[in-house]
Amino acid sequence: MNKILLIIKREYFSRVRKKSFLLMTFLVPGLIIGMYALIFFLLAKGDDKQKNIEVLDQSGIFAGKLQNKKNIFFQYANDSYEGAKKELPKSTADFLLYIPKDYPANQNIEIISEKKPGISLIGDIETQMETVLQNKRLVEAGIDTSILNQAKDRVNISAKQLTQEGEKDASIGATFVIGFICAFLIYISLLIYGTQVMRGVIEEKTNRIIEVIISSVKPFQLMLGKIIGIGMVGLTQFLLWIVLSLGLSTIAGNVFLKTDMAKNQIEQVQHTKDKQVKSPDKAQLFAEISKAAGTVDYVYVLGTFLFYFLGGYLIYSALFAAVGSAVDNETETQQFMLPITLPLIFSFIIGMNFIVNNPDSPISFWLSIIPLTSPVAMMIRIPYGVPTWELILSMTLLVGGFLFTTWVASRIYRVGILMYGKKTSYKELAKWLMYKE
Amino acid sequence: MLSIRNIVKQYANHRALDHVSIEIEKGCIFGLLGPNGAGKTSLIRIINQITAPDEGEIWLNGEKLNPSHISKIGYLPEERGLYKKMEIGEQMLYLAQLKGMSRAEAIKRSRYWFEKMGMESWWKKKVEDLSKGMQQKVQFVATIVHNPELIILDEPFSGFDPVNVEIITQEILELNRQGATIIFSTHRMESVEQLCDNIALINKSHKILDGRVRDIKNSYRNNTYHIEYNGQSLNLEGSDSIFEVLHQSEQEEGNEITLKLKELKNSNDALAYLLPRVHVMQMTEVVPSIHDIFIQQVTNLN
Repeated sequence: MNKILLIIKREYFSRVRKKSFLLMTFLVPGLIIGMYALIFFLLAKGDDKQKNIEVLDQSGIFAGKLQNKKNIFFQYANDSYEGAKKELPKSTADFLLYIPKDYPANQNIEIISEKKPGISLIGDIETQMETVLQNKRLVEAGIDTSILNQAKDRVNISAKQLTQEGEKDASIGATFVIGFICAFLIYISLLIYGTQVMRGVIEEKTNRIIEVIISSVKPFQLMLGKIIGIGMVGLTQFLLWIVLSLGLSTIAGNVFLKTDMAKNQIEQVQHTKDKQVKSPDKAQLFAEISKAAGTVDYVYVLGTFLFYFLGGYLIYSALFAAVGSAVDNETETQQFMLPITLPLIFSFIIGMNFIVNNPDSPISFWLSIIPLTSPVAMMIRIPYGVPTWELILSMTLLVGGFLFTTWVASRIYRVGILMYGKKTSYKELAKWLMYKE
Repeated sequence: MLSIRNIVKQYANHRALDHVSIEIEKGCIFGLLGPNGAGKTSLIRIINQITAPDEGEIWLNGEKLNPSHISKIGYLPEERGLYKKMEIGEQMLYLAQLKGMSRAEAIKRSRYWFEKMGMESWWKKKVEDLSKGMQQKVQFVATIVHNPELIILDEPFSGFDPVNVEIITQEILELNRQGATIIFSTHRMESVEQLCDNIALINKSHKILDGRVRDIKNSYRNNTYHIEYNGQSLNLEGSDSIFEVLHQSEQEEGNEITLKLKELKNSNDALAYLLPRVHVMQMTEVVPSIHDIFIQQVTNLN
């Protein structure tokens, strides 16, 4: 026991003290947050270059009815088609929108420009024209469009879940996001730390220190110590990430709220009618997000997350350790890696595409029960609520699976680590499994 | 001290050890000799409890081999290796502690050996920053840092440069004088012939010979002598009753003759015959080397 502790300590500290660990721990969340910030920023900013569109409306249907938007300005011309086309390069307009005289009959609307128009620009114009046409038809049919507009409402369904404690807000959005994040973290970390275990085993084998070590400890102790040590590195990293992201998001949240409020005040001073309407909208959205986030039981999610991370990690890292022991260097690992990573990748892809939409289907149930797929699959289902008996069954099988794979792995490991310069086949592995002590 | 009794080790398609029994006395230097693939490393791994025998047992200090003996054995494997990226001092402490030493004791012993081998300044260095020769010293210290009673060295001098071989040989002899039992395992028999008190020869998973080096050699002496002399054209008339000539050469560099004494004759009889005839410069007994004995034994068995 004492020796396993020594091994755990070495495995843990030799990794945590590395510069790459600090780099991973502090840089990765920074990079991810930075990436999302950039995407968010670009989306919010959008394409704000102003586009002038000259409308040559020979049908007379749209004249004066297309509305200027943030970055689209319409101006109307009365030229001939050929003339306007010729004038375009010299005029201030970037685009020429041509609507033929007999429009609804002749569908040949053109947009002419020197450079290609973006899809969103054309989409914008199309929607506007459709609305204009629709209104025109409604008016012709004797329907008052203003009444129609009043009837339009923003629809917001709030999902409620019946539980024993009564009615509960069930926010689908937040559930999805949390399930996704947890499943993704488990998927990625099982791969990362599993490979680290494998690398550690290969390192000891290629360094040839393995024989010195196992003349002091049992191979099983060495394997277990390595797995636990690296698992603790993973937990440390998670803990730091949680602390970091909590800290960062608190800071970011404060800054964001303050600037937002300041902006609102300026906007209100400016009395821009349009924006005033928008601001409460934003506040409402924010409130909805925090309300949704509030519906999730974090202790429950975090607890199950840790359990499934540990269980999954123990299962997969034991298998990775066995692979590491069977080869002489990393390039040889390919043939054994695929069958190990396959269930992981499979459960992740199915999880993202199927379980998310059908958390209670039989496939979702089975995937979240089978030990090799349950860590990822169950994490996606957890935020939707999983019956207790299913959870207990899944967890029990996970522990059983871990004990079984560790047993199998240790039998391969103890033979593999002493085999040098031999290309290993599956048949060979099966033989090692059967070897006596 | 170490009693190896009837060990059998069977691998999938070959038998590495076939009923091998060896007794090793406390405080001796023991040579486990044999060609590559004879089963030496298999036997050593069994003594180190890395693998278990299929049959037979091993006793150490009157107790059946068990995990508590790990701390009493120091093992230098044929395949040398250390953690490349770990500081040497830390590494030494780690290995010593794995052998069951307390941390404080491990620090004390490591410091002592680092000083003794002139490696004090390496404590904070990493193995990958050291030269091959330095790594060998570190590896040796790692083997003996925990004060083992039994030191097993598998191919101890392969890969060591001559300076280190000398240093390490001296250290081994000193450890032996302090009471440690040493087992050398090697296929280069001449390299340990002078060091060993006792040897066992292993070939193709069988022990073919063991005992004290002196006794073995004595039993393989066959009254053969090598003589260098001055003087021209030695006429060997009448020598038939005293010895048989195996080889004779008379050249400018010197004359020599190898002869085998007849039964009941001794070296003085040969000298008495030669002295009136030539000027004898040197006379030595031709003692077979362990290697010769091994070859002879193997051919005999076949």
